[in-house]
Amino acid sequence: MIGSIANRTLLQPKSLADALKMLRDEGPLTPLAGCTDLYVALNFGTLKDVRFLNLWGLERLRPIGIRAGMLAIGALATYTDLIRSPVVRKRLPMLVAAAREVGGVQIQNRGTIGGNVVNASPAGDTLPVLAAADAVVVLQSAGGVRRIPFNAFYTGYRQTVRRSDEIVVALEIAPIRGRQYFRKVGTRAAQAISKVVMAGVAGTPPRIALGSVAPTVIRAAQTEAAIAGGASLEAAQRILADELSPIDDMRSTAEYRRRVAVNLLAQFVLGR
Amino acid sequence: MLNGRRTRLDVHPMKRLLDVLREECGLTGTKEGCGEGECGACTLLVDNRPVNSCLVPVAHVAGARVMTIEGLRGRHPLQRAFVEHGGAQCGICTPGMIMAAVAVGRKPALDQIRTGLAGNLCRCTGYEAIYRSVMRAR
Repeated sequence: MIGSIANRTLLQPKSLADALKMLRDEGPLTPLAGCTDLYVALNFGTLKDVRFLNLWGLERLRPIGIRAGMLAIGALATYTDLIRSPVVRKRLPMLVAAAREVGGVQIQNRGTIGGNVVNASPAGDTLPVLAAADAVVVLQSAGGVRRIPFNAFYTGYRQTVRRSDEIVVALEIAPIRGRQYFRKVGTRAAQAISKVVMAGVAGTPPRIALGSVAPTVIRAAQTEAAIAGGASLEAAQRILADELSPIDDMRSTAEYRRRVAVNLLAQFVLGR
Repeated sequence: MLNGRRTRLDVHPMKRLLDVLREECGLTGTKEGCGEGECGACTLLVDNRPVNSCLVPVAHVAGARVMTIEGLRGRHPLQRAFVEHGGAQCGICTPGMIMAAVAVGRKPALDQIRTGLAGNLCRCTGYEAIYRSVMRAR
């Protein structure tokens, strides 16, 4: 490890209430859970935070179930938990597909869906799924609970509406009608960050979300409207190409990302 | 529990499990490769599931069962198979490969092995011999 840990403090709450009190009274604190992103930054000395809040032991945040008709996924559910969950397999198979393509088994055993959401990478594998599913982010603080539509959660590159005294406790997803689609395009199947990632629901209207093609995960609202209005595939592809704002970086080029995204749209629309 | 023995340690809760094993416990079988969860060299089992120990604060294994390559005591069928079938070349990935393979279970199909070991990189690119070793372990 390059960074020293001697000056770092880890607060260890015994319960969710305890954790929320610590966030309110002893902040600023950086919550940590599976550590699959946070420890990478820590190991390379790029993380300057010194006070952390350990959420990993808060078992109440781990279950996956149905609550008032909604699929409710605890923020600490790991990718392995998602893959093995009968109710996620039944209701949200595109999330299972996404979880299977995160890292390798080691990362799937530790990384959490709450961490993927809060880490706010534009390349987060589960984020297009949550966007296409119109998920709701459940935030909790010592003062209470608020529910934010997933598609209003990100305000910019790595920016969210989460306040520093709040933690994401769950994701809620209403039942979905229509075929679900997920495709991640990267260098290899495992251990690769996506060049383009897309999730879709072939309903009326269709719902289409993409990652790694803009500063945040995005819903392709104009493309959705065009398809719902009966536009041809070629017309919808042109609209999608205009709707994206990909960049050149070490993983890919803007041109490649745009071309792959429109190809994925064809795959989604044609049901292949 | 560390390799089946109840173990008490007085260490910084954010110290990496990998460093605690190597520096405090004298268990240097677990190797550091990339330090960012990409290579799987530091793989070990926590409650029977493979994890990258370079990304685990030691606080997260309080009360858990940790199994390292030393816990196999050199007598595991996978260890013998890696020797007999050329599964190890330079050796740096081998402890992680074997621990990930332990979690794949008995008599796996090739695609189960590929998926189970997808998070482990071999810089000698000896994958075929590694898969063969896992297939033939008995």
